Amino acid sequence: MNTEIIFTIAGIGILISILGIVLKQAQKEEQAQMLTLAGVVVVLILVVQLLSQLFTVVRTVFNL
Amino acid sequence: MEIAQIVGLGLVATIFLLIIRQEKPVLAVVLSLAFVTVIFLFVIDKLSTIVGVITELSHRAEANYFFLGTVLKILGVAYLAEFGAAICRDSGEVAVAKKVEFGAKIIIAVLALPIMIAILESLMEIMPR
Repeated sequence: MNTEIIFTIAGIGILISILGIVLKQAQKEEQAQMLTLAGVVVVLILVVQLLSQLFTVVRTVFNL
Repeated sequence: MEIAQIVGLGLVATIFLLIIRQEKPVLAVVLSLAFVTVIFLFVIDKLSTIVGVITELSHRAEANYFFLGTVLKILGVAYLAEFGAAICRDSGEVAVAKKVEFGAKIIIAVLALPIMIAILESLMEIMPR
């Protein structure tokens, strides 16, 4: 069971929310927005790989 | 004790989700997606064994494999649709979830059509003219 990805995503999420708070306090709203966007993209890349694995496995098991 | 692993991972993921959802709801959705996928990949080996046993039994009973294959396909479609629809509903997009389920229903109906035809044909054979 590769549980690392869950902890990776949770870590990225917590880090990004803290950095976003810091940037917002420093009156850098645009940078905070960009940071959120970058974080979502990075996490999405991780999850899309996992999803493609899931779809392949479902296709082989159920002969779809 | 694999169930302990699953329950523990679920609790940990719930705590993380509660923390992340306050600040970044998008990342919370992605995290729940990853959790669901990891759990499914964890149990898929056993599911594959079950499917193999059922296939073996149907071979031994000399049943038509076409019907069992259709049932398995319907199972796969239903699982994938439920997976997607649950994530959409969790994020508050009920309309999208409904459409995913609708598409799955149509695809399942198309898959089940040959079985219906076969039932009707055998019925026509049994019935006296």
